Amino acid sequence: MYSAAVVLPLIGAMLAGLILTFAPKGHGRDLAAQLATCICLGLSALLAIVIFYQVALLGHGRTIEAFPFITSGALQTSWGFKYDTLSAVMVFVVTICSTAIHVYSCGYMHDDPGVPRFMAYLSLFTFCMLMLVTADNFVQMFFGWEGVGVCSYLLIGFWYDRPSANAAAIKAFIVNRVGDFGFALGIFGVFALFGSVVFDDVFAAVPTFVGTRVTFLSWEFDALTLLCLLLFVGAMGKSAQVPLHTWLPDAMEGPTPVSALIHAATMVTAGVFMVARLSPMFEYAPDALAVVCVVGASTAIFAASVGLVQNDIKRVIAYSTCSQLGYMFFACGVSAYAAAIFHLMTHAFFKALLFLSSGSVIHAMSGEQDMRKMGGLAGHIKITHIMMWIGSLSLAGVGVPFVVGFAGFYSKDIILEAAFGALSGVGQYAFWLGVVAAFMTAFYSWRLLFMTFYGKPRADKHTMEHVHESPQVMLIPLYILAVGAVVAGFVGYESFVGHHMNEFWRESILVLPQHNSIEAAHHVPVWVKVLPVVVGLVGIGVAYGLYIRNPNIPGELAARWQRLYRFLLNKWYFDELYDAIFTRPSFKIGWGFWKRGDEATIDGLGADNLADKTLRLARRTAALQTGYVYHYAFAMLIGVVVLVTWFLLVRSGAQ
Amino acid sequence: MTMTGWPLLSLVTFLPLVGAAFILAVRGPEAVVAANARHAALWTSLATFVLSVFLWLDFDTRTPDFQFVEVREWIPAFGITYKMGIDGVSLLFVLLSTVLTPICILASWEAIETRVREYMIAFLVLETMMVGMFCALDMVLFYIFFEGVLIPMFLIIGIWGGKRRVYSAFKFFLYTLAGSVLMLLAILFMYFETETTDIPALLNVYLVPEVQFWLWLAFFASFAVKVPMWPVHTWLPDAHVEAPTAGSVILAGVLLKMGAYGFLRFSVPMLPDASVFFTPYVFVLSIIAIIYTSLVALVQEDMKKLIAYSSVAHMGFVTLGTFTGTVQGVEGALFTMLSHGVVSGALFLIVGVIYDRMHTREIARYGGLVHRMPVYAFVFMVMMLASVGLPGTSGFVGEFLALAGAYQANTWAALFATTGIILGAAYMLYLYRRVIFGELTREDLKDITDLNLREKLIFAPLVVLVLWMGIYPKPFLDVFAASSGPIAARYHAAKSAASEPPRVLRTAAAKQE
Repeated sequence: MYSAAVVLPLIGAMLAGLILTFAPKGHGRDLAAQLATCICLGLSALLAIVIFYQVALLGHGRTIEAFPFITSGALQTSWGFKYDTLSAVMVFVVTICSTAIHVYSCGYMHDDPGVPRFMAYLSLFTFCMLMLVTADNFVQMFFGWEGVGVCSYLLIGFWYDRPSANAAAIKAFIVNRVGDFGFALGIFGVFALFGSVVFDDVFAAVPTFVGTRVTFLSWEFDALTLLCLLLFVGAMGKSAQVPLHTWLPDAMEGPTPVSALIHAATMVTAGVFMVARLSPMFEYAPDALAVVCVVGASTAIFAASVGLVQNDIKRVIAYSTCSQLGYMFFACGVSAYAAAIFHLMTHAFFKALLFLSSGSVIHAMSGEQDMRKMGGLAGHIKITHIMMWIGSLSLAGVGVPFVVGFAGFYSKDIILEAAFGALSGVGQYAFWLGVVAAFMTAFYSWRLLFMTFYGKPRADKHTMEHVHESPQVMLIPLYILAVGAVVAGFVGYESFVGHHMNEFWRESILVLPQHNSIEAAHHVPVWVKVLPVVVGLVGIGVAYGLYIRNPNIPGELAARWQRLYRFLLNKWYFDELYDAIFTRPSFKIGWGFWKRGDEATIDGLGADNLADKTLRLARRTAALQTGYVYHYAFAMLIGVVVLVTWFLLVRSGAQ
Repeated sequence: MTMTGWPLLSLVTFLPLVGAAFILAVRGPEAVVAANARHAALWTSLATFVLSVFLWLDFDTRTPDFQFVEVREWIPAFGITYKMGIDGVSLLFVLLSTVLTPICILASWEAIETRVREYMIAFLVLETMMVGMFCALDMVLFYIFFEGVLIPMFLIIGIWGGKRRVYSAFKFFLYTLAGSVLMLLAILFMYFETETTDIPALLNVYLVPEVQFWLWLAFFASFAVKVPMWPVHTWLPDAHVEAPTAGSVILAGVLLKMGAYGFLRFSVPMLPDASVFFTPYVFVLSIIAIIYTSLVALVQEDMKKLIAYSSVAHMGFVTLGTFTGTVQGVEGALFTMLSHGVVSGALFLIVGVIYDRMHTREIARYGGLVHRMPVYAFVFMVMMLASVGLPGTSGFVGEFLALAGAYQANTWAALFATTGIILGAAYMLYLYRRVIFGELTREDLKDITDLNLREKLIFAPLVVLVLWMGIYPKPFLDVFAASSGPIAARYHAAKSAASEPPRVLRTAAAKQE
């Protein structure tokens, strides 16, 4: 059962691949592939529920070793599945979201020619993600890590005819590779220090290496801090944290179900999962935690600020994802890993819901994604409209403090409270930036709602006539996710971050007693608990004022603060910067190495030059052999003269 | 010799030569001769492959000693013997050679139309030379096979190559020969010094560091060109571009491994002190190879040239891993060699497929092939990802181990070399995108056909190998492990000796006390 939950999606992917290869084109083929993958995923999700019950609630954690993977000297790894509360939660979230999105895709992609391929990629992705979260060693984790990266690459570039999709796919892969560069170095460092890459061995040995200093490059570092930071670079890449965030908004080139599954609910949260999984290491590296905290908080505010002005409906949600991931990271940074995973779970539900709803909007608008060309859709697509409201309410963390609220209310508040309760400099930094970001979150969420569903329709008549509600196969997944987005916080609060959290997480997350910020979070002043909700409501109010009451103001503001507006609209010019300092120079240097290095220098001065000289020398030598006797006689004569002279002058002089 | 008493190694080595002799004897009209030559070559090479599998089955992974050893008198006056044997370093490269040869012959089935008989003979002779080189346990025998490889390869490039084939063939031949001459001097020197050319015996001879220093440089000159290491790599792109597809496959798949094999067979175990001394220089050259050639690969316009440059970068990981002197580094180097043999071979075949159809290798002439060639796109994708070093493919295991070894040896080296995983992804994905993705707009590509049955048969074993090596690499690593330990141990002993003060100084200090 434990292995099957992970392997079933792979079987689904293979079946879809076989169907694609051998079945004749047509509707039947698509249906077969859809059925095969959805059934496998559904079974996997059912198993995941049982596993969640067994492992997380009853505490029957276990590790299953399948067969050996890389074995080389002391480096011993195997393929295996490690089930503790942390991985059981992740398997649960991943399979549930994935199943919902598989079903949704059957409707969303129904007239696409590449249905089997799409379903195969989705299932393959799910398999890789499950391998990642159930890994019991760094190398398998890296397998899942890169595996989801490739699937993401394949799915972003799914519509391979579009140059922009191809560019975005490559960008996603390369930027992730930059992160993986750090991750890989981190793994090498772990192996060099601990002599093992198996989690249990490493975690057991961590306390004995506290304070150990190692030389990395030419400087000395605290070993654990160094390793945690290197590994964290990987997390930054996968979870789109500043400055490795640039790929995520571009990844919206992929079909919307992909954005929901990979670029909101699961893959991008892998970085957060990694930090939580490695909590036994990070806990002993407080400096690394501080860095995690600062990066997370900075991303939260940066991405939210960019989200304020974007016009593409999916990009707004993409930046929102980026920002929410920032929240999760700064939660980890103040040792509130449980809160981070809690938010990861609620976020998976409401963000997937938001993406799928926006997909439903795009579907209704015949592919239009620009919110400036929407408006007034509320009456036409009522269910989608309600779903979008639920998602937004959850995202903005709306609720009544001390009483009840949407899922995001519980998880976001506990993060902010923990940041405040940590009573550290970086904690305060994260708290205040988090509060401002909460305001922005509420603002851009309602800006999205208002621009899309209210006011006068800005689309042309033809499009508006075609606006239609999505079929049931797309709506049912929305209902499932909506339930999660409403109740997940209320239901999970006590176990994840409340009074039962220790019995729930057991050994899967380690928090040192002096770092217990979640405990502190329960004792923060009342204003800390109320403030996030208040700023959220203010944000909604401001959005209402700007986009419903006085729709002219945003344009005026943008005109007055043109520079700021451009700065935000162009995402702080990160792309332009990277293009100027990495991409273009790489091509230029490559060209220079080729033409000036290889061709002009190595061949020009070396090989070809030498060959040329040899040839010329040979020609001259050959030219000496004229065949005329008197030439040879003359040469002989000169030789004799030289020889005699040498004998007479040098040899006799020496004696 | 095996338990059954068969001289298995000699059989594997010389069976192709028997096939070549048979083809030579065939007479008749040209078409008949060509058909017979093709079939004879294919079946001979397949039989050779089957025989070589027995080597693996009977191989004992628990011992670092040479196995299947055969000794016969050859030139008794100088004590030179015909001695063959394999260990963990060489076994899988024998198999790599015997796997790739039938694939190459199958790949040349339709592509080669002129002088088919001579072509097939050249390939079979080449196989004998390659296998012999990996099995030889006598310096002179090794040298003969090592140089002998050049001749059929020179002919394959020079006769069946592209437009600039003569220039490339000569460049290839002279470049590699120039290095080898110094190795011959080194072999002669070792013979006069130790009075033996027996490799196992030489492995147990200790040479003083000053001698090691010069011998190391002489061997290096030969092996570095073969690998090829930067800056003596420029023969490779030219040779690849002009060689026929199958020639490129063998060149990248097996011939490039000869240099790295030399490092692991001679330089590190026989000259450990010199190896420790030169390690920083090898690291620098390896890192330059990885970064420099990756960047050059990024801007290539010719597919074959791009893959040729990527080969230089991959071999950078091999030389890096070899000279880390760690178990992981050495096994990583060996694994990368094996994986690169399969993957780059497959990539050259992939280029060959569309070259056969369109007669151009210019990247800009393609685009959107996935629309007409989905199976081709799939195979290309698998190999592209393996080349990028994706976990789950063979490319990952070797790179990962080599870099893990490098990290233990020198973190600077690990840092710079690891950038290779970013650059490698960049040039391969960029290539794939330009050839496979996008809309299919060119008129002449509109009726390009997907892989036929013969081509599928060629790629199927390669795809299986790449995934097998990537998911369950243990059988391969176990073979390497038989020999990596002793190599690493020798290197390590020399290293700890080098970090102590020189012996003379130590005794002087002892006297003073």
